[in-house]
Amino acid sequence: MNRNGVLRITNLTKEYGAVRAVDRISFHVNAGEVVGLLGPNGAGKTTTINMILGILEPTGGLIEVLDRGLAGHRSEVAKGINFAAVYAHMPANLTVLQNLRVFGLLYEVKGLKQRIASLLREFDLEDLAKTKAGLLSSGELSRLNLAKAVINRPRLLLLDEPTASLDPSVSSLIRERIRQYAKTTGAGILWTSHNMNEIEAVCDRVLFLSRGRILLEGDPRTLAADHGKKDLEALFIAVAREPLRLVEQ
Amino acid sequence: MMSLSRISAIFLRQIFLFRGNPVRLVSIFLWLVIDVIQWGFISKYLGSLGQATFSFITVILGAIILWEFMARVQQGIMMAFLEDIWTQNFINFFASPLKIREYLGGLVLTSVTTSVAAFLIMVAIAGAAFGYSVLKIGLFLVPSMVMLLIFGIAMGIFVSAMVFRLGPSAEWLGWPIPLVLSVFAGVYYPLSALPGSLRAFARLVPPSYVFQTLRAVLASGIAPAHLFADLVTGFSLSAAYLVGASYFFVTIYKRNLRSGSIARFNAEAL
Repeated sequence: MNRNGVLRITNLTKEYGAVRAVDRISFHVNAGEVVGLLGPNGAGKTTTINMILGILEPTGGLIEVLDRGLAGHRSEVAKGINFAAVYAHMPANLTVLQNLRVFGLLYEVKGLKQRIASLLREFDLEDLAKTKAGLLSSGELSRLNLAKAVINRPRLLLLDEPTASLDPSVSSLIRERIRQYAKTTGAGILWTSHNMNEIEAVCDRVLFLSRGRILLEGDPRTLAADHGKKDLEALFIAVAREPLRLVEQ
Repeated sequence: MMSLSRISAIFLRQIFLFRGNPVRLVSIFLWLVIDVIQWGFISKYLGSLGQATFSFITVILGAIILWEFMARVQQGIMMAFLEDIWTQNFINFFASPLKIREYLGGLVLTSVTTSVAAFLIMVAIAGAAFGYSVLKIGLFLVPSMVMLLIFGIAMGIFVSAMVFRLGPSAEWLGWPIPLVLSVFAGVYYPLSALPGSLRAFARLVPPSYVFQTLRAVLASGIAPAHLFADLVTGFSLSAAYLVGASYFFVTIYKRNLRSGSIARFNAEAL
């Protein structure tokens, strides 16, 4: 891995019986870089993220975070990773403050009290500190998920559709915070989304996944034109509908 | 190396639930209180019949308190585990540096804390309502409680592993276990009351050694000759079940990592 690499994936594969959900993919994420992982539903994005998180065992391949293999060192490696995903719920019957305390202890955060106070300010959650997570609105819950996702100052942040179902104002705020986090901490970020405008605004590089394979890779601002499409959304649709034709081109 | 910080996170998560909703405490203690009161009156009534040669209250109430303690340990672990299923926490928890043995350690710590509190409440009620003191059991109380604690933990982990394997809908498996085991443990009657084949099975149930000896200690006031052998056998069996249940849980966890069930558990819990 080069000096700036925070994540390197080599020939990662996941099979469920005869079905190959992820098929020998290789990619990397550099420090301070935001990489978009795109693809239609069922392309293998969440499977890939779950394997990097260590909650799904790969059938083959290698996952290295900060030059350390995940296999056999999951707990140690996980200290430098965190994530937020629409499908991963925070305990709804705990308050915002209690949730951050529990996750701060899970990640063994030093100076936890001060860290929580700073996150509550940063994510505008101070007035909601004693509100149960289950009573928060979608936007508030997303802010809590993100506060939890950066509580351990991760060097690798995985975001699986972090702005799904949010209004444009909250989405914009979240994008801004994440860009700022990558810039100020040098963390690498792997981001999945179905919002192509968002991807263009946030990501430095994108990977298009289709049927478990990486089909295309490049700069989100030029990739569409490189493949004769008017914008990233048109390219996404082509990847979803006729991936083989796109590869032949 | 186990991290105390991560174990305390799992423990604290459960304590926050009790603090946030005191009704949860009622659900733990109410049934135990009712059990002690009900069996106290039954024992008192039985003692008043015929020519009883020993105090029913001393024998039955002591056994009930110890049995409920064990059942509470088992259900405490299962409830804490189910709470994480119901609130769909697995992805967030298992994607953190939390190790599976730390997670189990947190569940056990939660259960032991609430079970000891439940035990003290049962002792207080038995004393206030029926003048019964658990100290009548004498020094035998200490190894009895430790053995029941170990067996209760083993059963709690085993049931949680079953739910982990079969899915949230399998939670019903955990509830009747204390009732089923009580048939073979000799809580309410001596093992000699069982037919031969069931008695052989009872020998594999560690609490049967506790209650068999307890009955002998309370009836005669002196330690029976088989006390030491019973303790060694009961402890050995309990330890073996604990190791077996923990191994089973870890095996299921690894299987779920391969199959992707940890992520899918979220969906099934809905």
